[in-house]
Amino acid sequence: MKTSIRAGSKRRFTRAALKAGAATLALAGSAAGFAAETIKVGVLHSLSGTMAISETTLKDTVLMLVDEQNKKGGLLGKKLEAVVVDPASNWPLFAEKAKELLAKDKVDVIYGCWTSVSRKSVLPVVEELNGMLFYPVQYEGEESSKNVFYTGAAPNQQAIPAVDYLMNEVGVERWVLAGTDYVYPRTTNKILEAYLKDKGVAAGDIMINYTPFGHSDWQTIVSDIKKFGSAGKKTAVVSTINGDANVPFYKELGNQGVSAEDIPVVAFSVGEEELSGFDTSPLVGHLAAWNYFMSVDTSENDAFIKKWHAFIKDPKRVTNDPMEATYIGFNLWVKAVEKAGTTDVDAVRKAIYGLDVPNLTGGTAVMLPNHHITKPVLIGEIQEDGQFQVVWQTDEEVPGDAWTDYLPESAKITADWQDPAINCGNYNTETKTCSGQNY
Amino acid sequence: MAISSQPKLLSDAASRWLVGTIALVLVVVPVLNLLVPADSALHLSSYWVSLLGKYLCLALLALALDLVWGYAGILSLGHGAFFALGGYAMGMYLMRQIGERGVYGNPVLPDFMVFLDWQELPWYWYGFDDFLFAALMVVLVPGALAFAFGWFAFRSRVTGVYLSIITQALTFALMLAFFRNDMGFGGNNGLTDFKDILGFSLAAEGTKSALFVASGVALIGGYLLCRRVVTSRLGRVLVAVREAESRTRFLGYRVEHYKLFVFVLSAMLAGIAGALYVPQVGIINPGEFAPLVSIEIVVWVAVGGRGYLYGAIVGALLVNYGKTWFTGAFPEIWLFLLGGLFVVSTLFLPRGVVGLLQRRRSSHQPSPPSPSPQAAAQAEEGAR
Amino acid sequence: MKLLFALLLALMAVGAGAAESPDTATDEPAATFEAVALGLGSASFREKTALVERLAGFADPRVPVLLETLLAGDLYADATTGALYIGKADPAPLVGATEASAPPDKLRKVITNNSLRSALRPLIAATRLRDPDPEVRARAARTLIGEVPLALTPTLEQVTATEQHSEVRQALRTALASVQLADADPGVRIAAVRELADNSDKQILTLLEQRARQEQEADVSAALAEAIAALQAREKWFAFFGDLFFGLSLGSVLLLAAVGLAITFGVMGVINMAHGEMIMLGAYTTYVVQLLMPEHIELSLLVAVPAAFLVSGLVGIAIERGVIRFLYGRPLETLLATFGISLVLQQLVRTIFSPLNKSVITPDWLSGSWQINGMLSLTYNRLYIILFALAVLVTLVGLLRKTPIGLQMRAVTQNRAMASSMGIRTGRVDALTFGLGSGVAGIAGVALSQLTNVGPNLGQSYIIDSFLVVVFGGVGNLFGTFVAAMSLGVVTKFAEPLVGAVLAKILILVFVILFIQWRPRGLFALKGRFVED
Repeated sequence: MKTSIRAGSKRRFTRAALKAGAATLALAGSAAGFAAETIKVGVLHSLSGTMAISETTLKDTVLMLVDEQNKKGGLLGKKLEAVVVDPASNWPLFAEKAKELLAKDKVDVIYGCWTSVSRKSVLPVVEELNGMLFYPVQYEGEESSKNVFYTGAAPNQQAIPAVDYLMNEVGVERWVLAGTDYVYPRTTNKILEAYLKDKGVAAGDIMINYTPFGHSDWQTIVSDIKKFGSAGKKTAVVSTINGDANVPFYKELGNQGVSAEDIPVVAFSVGEEELSGFDTSPLVGHLAAWNYFMSVDTSENDAFIKKWHAFIKDPKRVTNDPMEATYIGFNLWVKAVEKAGTTDVDAVRKAIYGLDVPNLTGGTAVMLPNHHITKPVLIGEIQEDGQFQVVWQTDEEVPGDAWTDYLPESAKITADWQDPAINCGNYNTETKTCSGQNY
Repeated sequence: MAISSQPKLLSDAASRWLVGTIALVLVVVPVLNLLVPADSALHLSSYWVSLLGKYLCLALLALALDLVWGYAGILSLGHGAFFALGGYAMGMYLMRQIGERGVYGNPVLPDFMVFLDWQELPWYWYGFDDFLFAALMVVLVPGALAFAFGWFAFRSRVTGVYLSIITQALTFALMLAFFRNDMGFGGNNGLTDFKDILGFSLAAEGTKSALFVASGVALIGGYLLCRRVVTSRLGRVLVAVREAESRTRFLGYRVEHYKLFVFVLSAMLAGIAGALYVPQVGIINPGEFAPLVSIEIVVWVAVGGRGYLYGAIVGALLVNYGKTWFTGAFPEIWLFLLGGLFVVSTLFLPRGVVGLLQRRRSSHQPSPPSPSPQAAAQAEEGAR
Repeated sequence: MKLLFALLLALMAVGAGAAESPDTATDEPAATFEAVALGLGSASFREKTALVERLAGFADPRVPVLLETLLAGDLYADATTGALYIGKADPAPLVGATEASAPPDKLRKVITNNSLRSALRPLIAATRLRDPDPEVRARAARTLIGEVPLALTPTLEQVTATEQHSEVRQALRTALASVQLADADPGVRIAAVRELADNSDKQILTLLEQRARQEQEADVSAALAEAIAALQAREKWFAFFGDLFFGLSLGSVLLLAAVGLAITFGVMGVINMAHGEMIMLGAYTTYVVQLLMPEHIELSLLVAVPAAFLVSGLVGIAIERGVIRFLYGRPLETLLATFGISLVLQQLVRTIFSPLNKSVITPDWLSGSWQINGMLSLTYNRLYIILFALAVLVTLVGLLRKTPIGLQMRAVTQNRAMASSMGIRTGRVDALTFGLGSGVAGIAGVALSQLTNVGPNLGQSYIIDSFLVVVFGGVGNLFGTFVAAMSLGVVTKFAEPLVGAVLAKILILVFVILFIQWRPRGLFALKGRFVED
């Protein structure tokens, strides 16, 4: 196992560095240790701490994909090798570990991060060291880095279609935007608020509520929602409540007798994996908007689920949207490396634009020049068995928009890394400039 | 430095050894990083420079805690708050330095304010475009908080575990407050995407080395200052307070004044540590206020050895290096190792790592907290 | 929502009854029950909603069965003919097929969505108004309040007139009044308002408010205003009781989480950072117990309580014997050691159970709420947790005060040397005390598993609050812990609607910090020589 080699050299190194004497010898050992015999895939997902709940699965997904690629004969005639580190849900540690992966382990690509703050923490590192990060989680947008590829949904690929569905198909007129107080819900709700007002919803028909992380006592808020929803207009809750707080939230809804028929909740952060930690019976009928559901009936998805169960050796484990995003990101990267004939970051980056790979819902995912991909949007209702039944989906894939059109400052910005005239992630169409480039 | 010129400060071997080592590292590391060509086997990558710089900042933080815990017996479970406040002050300066180079090109508002639709800069962000002002705030804000908090707490004679728990409540409250996006500190994402400091790009190797050296110098300076405090008459009163607070008070000492002084000083040192830490890790986020972070600081000091000053430094370096190593080498089981380390070191190293070395040395140290029967009983009372 | 619904219904009624609307005109003459029902299989959700409205209008005896089966998700349609069956494995023909006809080719589930389900409920309720069981009739009538489909109003009037059971009649009259609010005759409207004014129901308040906005007639408006004022006054009171209940239940959660710590930390002086993990172990024990007895989920919690007590208690004893007993007299170092233990326990759970949250099932008797009236309902799980927390506290106090082992525990903590010289085996008592505190934490875990996530981080979310409660109440005083938990819970819940959840929490913390300045030993400081420095 290579970890032991790395560990050994590092231990030797730091002891020396602390004594500041014989640093030289050990350094020789650590720097010269690895010739590029393998292609290295860095995995930067928390395996401990609060985010381990979500991120561990993605680590396993990457390991499975690497394993599978190696069985197919590797890439460019070389074996792939996964380098796993644990940033432990600690944001500065994310930056440190990203640096370790790029500068010390010299990985060719990184799959990692879940929360926005972890991505923000890693961002300067991958930009400075010209790394390549695939980020597989839905997020608030407002970003397009040269070195990051966003394979999760941007707000226009999740939030806005979901609201459209509720407005047009369910006839919702009153809206509760409930979220955990951090950037993703804040931005998403800002966008939704602007969007709803644009559609003629009165300010009095929108209730916005923020709660702290891991909020566990929802009695007051649920009873407020109940009160808000009893004004005689069809009401829905758009939930950007973060993972851990969802269980007590839904339990409280169920116990206070708020059923999906009265006040449906559409969630953007509740997927199959979160549901596997719930007793789903009180949740039946509530909605979620994603770009993938495990229940989607396609041959690609069947094959993927089979492989996953075989790899994880547990036929009960579920698949979810960020796993699909990881899968797409991995396949896109493999295809781009094959096209470029090298793992050199700049060459792969240029090769990846416009490439397409099949997604798991029967369509294709295309890498756009703004580093986002095209995705279908699916709305599912929660079933007794913890799966979702698709009740609505977009006719075709929606291209991801890095900069939303519903915030004034963001509307004038566009990202295009392919067009030589623009070639940046935040091109201001009014001033015709890109600001704040780090490279 | 005026303080270091006093011969008395470096009278003990441990201090000489420690200061000498840090000084040597401060010279060797930048040389290996900047002057040795990158393809040479002797080259030290900037990854290590930043990492070591980070360790030095954390060591300074541990030192600050040891000053209050090891000498005055104030177990602060909220020292992370002072560290984070210093970090935020520096982060605000670095945010303002971005200026027009933010993604929206707004010359005044940081990016997170632009997309959350803030119209103007909140008043408490004024002045942070000036480095001197920010530097002042780095020590003043933690200092003022420590003063206000200590003023009430020490006068009310809140001691022992009660004090520990309310310091924890303090940092917890601050964490929740800073998590709120409405506070104007970037919420959970915190402050990030820094570009440069005093006009030097943070990505440049030279800047990194300079920050590393600054951290080291701050650590040496902090150490000498603390040494000066604890070897003075003041320090002896502090030890008296630690061993028997009521008795000291009955002897006519204004105990709360001594405690307040050392608490504020410690908070300021923690603030400086935070300010140096932020540009090196590139992010400051409310997570630094988390009570667990503050508990970890206590653990560093305990592992290194409480009440020696240099013990805190050794403990911080050891535990943090252990964390870096474990999380990279044993991502699946590192918590077993770290947790096990804490248990084993408490059981078998009651005076910490340096206590082990200390036993073999005859020293002129002021004694660390002794497990003598009286002190033990005292400590037990403190826990009630 | 109800407005929209009524509108939709009105449209349907017109379509079904008068055959004037052009889009229904073509099939209208032939629209038998069968013809309409056979359309269900291939209809979109919207069309289905229209179809079920029409179906409800037929007097066919199959109507209630059809609607109920559809709501239960048990209705299947033949993909080609549209014939309807109940069940998939052994389909029973319902419409368009008989036992004799050929077995269906391919059955497809007639799926429902939220809006269809909410349309179905009043329709089904209407079919149950003549049920022999008065309970069923009353429930059906209550379902109809504010949601009476226009087509059913005559039926409702008829039923109300003939109903004998007083409770059911009352519910029916309320339901009827909710329709009559929009009656053309102002006199009927006023009577309806008077009828409704006696109900303590949020829904009725909303109905009245809506009516008040449209009402033209001055007399009716006055009656409406009076009724609304009465209802609002009642609502305020019930909201107050609701908040109080929320506060007490939050307080009980805090009490449960803290009471174990009140023993290990409060009584023994061990700064037990692993306390949260003892709670976590209790919650995982509940999960395992449910795995072991999947047939008896209803009883699982009763088994889980002693099991969790044993598991956490034994782990606690092991920790005490293995680590903490070497650290008496060095309480601050117990912090370090127990912190290490908490990291190890968390990772252990991650390794054994995976880092994913585990699903703990809530038994039926803990789900739902006790509907006192339309404005106040108390959720059962919270209600039971309040009772449970009190029971745990009382048992614990009894154990410490009234039993020999309790006496020994108190003796050892008050004066170890003296107790020892009196022949008490202090080591054994220490282990038992720590085990007791840990076991109680495990019990708290059983309760928390019903409220929140069962995952490796469960303990960490409660440890800070627990310390705060114990310190606020006064270390070493169980009664103080009780008062502290309850008052913090109630204050939080009354502050929350005013300032929001985050600020409420911050304010509570600041309050405790300031309170400690005023009373440096907490609410109920222990008195006596041994507490003095």
